[in-house]
Amino acid sequence: MMPALALIATLAIAVAAGSTVQQAPDRSAAPKPEAAPEFKPPQIQKRQLSNGLPVWIGERHKVPVVHVSIVVRSGSGADPAQKFGVASLTSRMLDEGAGNRDALEIADAIDYLGASLSTSCSFDASFIDLHVPVARLSDALGLMADVALRPTFPDNELQRVREETLTSLIQAQDDPEQLVRFAFPRLVFGPQHRYGTLSVGTAASIKGFSPDDLKQFHAKHYVPGNSVIIVAGDTTPDAVLPMLEKTFGAWKGAAPPPGATGEAPQLKSRQLYLIDKPGAAQSQIRIGWIGVPRSTPDFFALRVLNTILGGAFTSRLNTNLREQHGYAYGASSAFDMRAAAGPFFAAAGVQTDKTSESLQEFFKELGNIRQPIPADELDKAKNYLALSFPRSFETTADVAGSLAQLFVYGLRDDYYATFARRVLEVTAEDVQRAAQRHIQPDKFAVLVIGDRKTIEGKINALNLGPMKVMTTGDVMK
Amino acid sequence: MSRFAAHVLVLALAAAVPAAAQTNIQVRFTQFTLPNGLHVIVHEDHTVPVATLNVWYHVGSGRERPGRTGFAHLFEHLMFEGSGHVTDGEFDSLLEAAGATNNGSTSTDRTNYFIDMPSNALELALFLESDRMGYLLDSMTPDRVNGQRDVVKNERRQHYENAPYGMASIEIDEMLYPPSHPYRWPTIGHMDDLTAASYEDVVEFFRKYYAPGNASLVIAGDIDPERTRALIEKWFGDIKPGAASVPPIVHPPAVLTEVKRKTIQDRVQLPRLYFAWLTPAHFRPGDAELDVAASILAGGKNARLYKRLVYDLQIAQDVSAFQASSALGSQFQIIVTARPPAAGATPQASVARIQSIVDEEIARLQKEPPAAREFERAIHQIEASFYSRMERIGNFGGVGDQLNAYYFATGNPDYFNEDLARYRALSAADVRAAVAHWLPLNRRVELVVEPAVKGAR
Repeated sequence: MMPALALIATLAIAVAAGSTVQQAPDRSAAPKPEAAPEFKPPQIQKRQLSNGLPVWIGERHKVPVVHVSIVVRSGSGADPAQKFGVASLTSRMLDEGAGNRDALEIADAIDYLGASLSTSCSFDASFIDLHVPVARLSDALGLMADVALRPTFPDNELQRVREETLTSLIQAQDDPEQLVRFAFPRLVFGPQHRYGTLSVGTAASIKGFSPDDLKQFHAKHYVPGNSVIIVAGDTTPDAVLPMLEKTFGAWKGAAPPPGATGEAPQLKSRQLYLIDKPGAAQSQIRIGWIGVPRSTPDFFALRVLNTILGGAFTSRLNTNLREQHGYAYGASSAFDMRAAAGPFFAAAGVQTDKTSESLQEFFKELGNIRQPIPADELDKAKNYLALSFPRSFETTADVAGSLAQLFVYGLRDDYYATFARRVLEVTAEDVQRAAQRHIQPDKFAVLVIGDRKTIEGKINALNLGPMKVMTTGDVMK
Repeated sequence: MSRFAAHVLVLALAAAVPAAAQTNIQVRFTQFTLPNGLHVIVHEDHTVPVATLNVWYHVGSGRERPGRTGFAHLFEHLMFEGSGHVTDGEFDSLLEAAGATNNGSTSTDRTNYFIDMPSNALELALFLESDRMGYLLDSMTPDRVNGQRDVVKNERRQHYENAPYGMASIEIDEMLYPPSHPYRWPTIGHMDDLTAASYEDVVEFFRKYYAPGNASLVIAGDIDPERTRALIEKWFGDIKPGAASVPPIVHPPAVLTEVKRKTIQDRVQLPRLYFAWLTPAHFRPGDAELDVAASILAGGKNARLYKRLVYDLQIAQDVSAFQASSALGSQFQIIVTARPPAAGATPQASVARIQSIVDEEIARLQKEPPAAREFERAIHQIEASFYSRMERIGNFGGVGDQLNAYYFATGNPDYFNEDLARYRALSAADVRAAVAHWLPLNRRVELVVEPAVKGAR
């Protein structure tokens, strides 16, 4: 009997496979992923030019392009007092005249090579990034070296870039999503601390800069003793080092004395702030305080915590404000970790008539995250961080950016090789301890930018704390 | 290996002059069609241990009917909310637990979805994607529609109503296209129409447009093609073929016969000017020429409009120009943000001066071909962009998405080389001729967004 049955079953399968209708698969349970593939971060080949300048190379041979980053370990955090914005403007001006070329000649030469060259600046570092077809690498490196080493900071170009920057500050006032990025750090860190003002500086500080300010910043900080060259892409040390020696080998200068950004005093009690945008369809909300520096021992616990709170699509804030209530297109949270403690914030743009309801939900989630995290939610967050990690090494720009983090924050060489393991080692207790310490909603600053006449009364009725009504001028000057 | 021939490319690039002997970009792939009509494209690449699943449904907002604008996009949102064998919220939570991310987007012509995952999670992704393709309606409810309706309304508030200049694109489309044209209404939809969208609309739309025969599926990355094919047959093979095939949209081309002008006010401090033309559809003659024209006008510091308005005269804060290519026809736009007017000057005077310069530069490009240097500069930038586009497998615009895009537009997933050849075949004279033909000064849309008068909204 058994063999007969088996025969019939076999025939049935054969018929199904031969016809156009497939056997329906078993959908009663989602397929479990197999063992995660082994991932080794690209090997970093560490070399040095004759002047001591370190060169880190990560090979990637899929596409014939190379990404080169010059990373200078000084950013806006190195701005002198009263000169907030110097690092940023110095960075912006690098390609506005360098070597024996003017701004238009530099742009023409780069564009003609099919290359892109960009300059940027964070609180902790300044970056010059070159992305170029490998066949044009040698030509492009010469231009890059001019821009990094020999900028001329012409007065007429400075006037132009200054006006552009001042105009961009006017534009920021018009956009609630941008305005909230200026206003929140000012309210948390104040006007004196460097982190209370964005990298760009203020209109008043920008108006005061002379070419000499920029030249001084450049001479002090853009030196080989303070820098690294990172090369990622379709090249090898043998091919690229002679080119780099020719273009960067004569660069001179020792590292500047360390000028660490001081820690700002932590907030002590909850304070609400409201900036009026008459007629606004949404309110921009940002809630938080001073978070942690990049060197925090709680780094991995906080990455996991933030993934659960507001760092992923299924995080609690997004699930609550978007999926359950439909008050927002999205809600998130972040610890902005820098050399010194940067801001922590939870944020969303919410529909105007649900502003107070949204604030209640924010505080509900900020309170709940301090309670023990259920095991399955913890595992989901840890797996998400650990398993999605190889994607940060896919493109040449990804590889260069990941290596730059090692340099800027002095991370160990095995940081990426051990990243997934250290995420997976985080326990529920680690997360709760970090939450108790770094999420204290009764001390948070609460900023709302929206239509005051519609939202103020209902926000006050929540009795969250005292409220100050501010103007755009208050938070941007 | 699945990559294109890197060494040959290097040699070709070493020749600085646009060479006659050009190399091929080739992305190796296999393709097949399941009996239910689903077209499948598979591409192997083991650079990092990740894979991507990318699906295009050949339906966009152009298929919507009056009174239900925004529906294709609202429907896209509902695709993430669960299906017959996937509970509410499970789609995202299962993927995140596996280290995967996902997203979707809707345009006038198509709707696309991707899942980027560690390669060990491929079968999970295939299960989830096939379940919503086959069994979305099994768990659809009016409540689910209501929930995403609120989310989409907030998406519209955030990106249109509350964003500076956010309403400009909606105004421009209404001026460019007649009321019946599929590109007339915004993909995000009108608020009233989003309110009106119903559960019944969801059922009808799914049956009409989400059949496997109206879709194409790409799997790319760190995968084994044969095993992948077997898994696709397993998970997608039982999905019913569904409705009859969707006929192409037939609509007479939109035509502008005059200049259409409008000024609107917004809560902004700087005026912004928009110029828009109706231009040839994606891959039609003139399309590539206008990409090059956009680069010559506004791509980089030496581009003509940028140099005059932003660099020399400094009366504009920024300028952009682009050919936005679509299936039924494209738009060419030039956008200029004015600097704050000088003391005593009116915003209107500043706008008028910018417009006269924009017109001078277009007229010049209509009369004389661009110089060899600026033409080659533009071509070199476009060539380099083809290489950079090969670096990422997943996400929007990655290799997986591009294979689907080329398949949708041309029937050939590996159209990279033919696409690049369009640009390499051009001359400076071709660019002049396209500008003369397609960017007339007397047939276009002109929109100005000016600062609202105090007190007005």
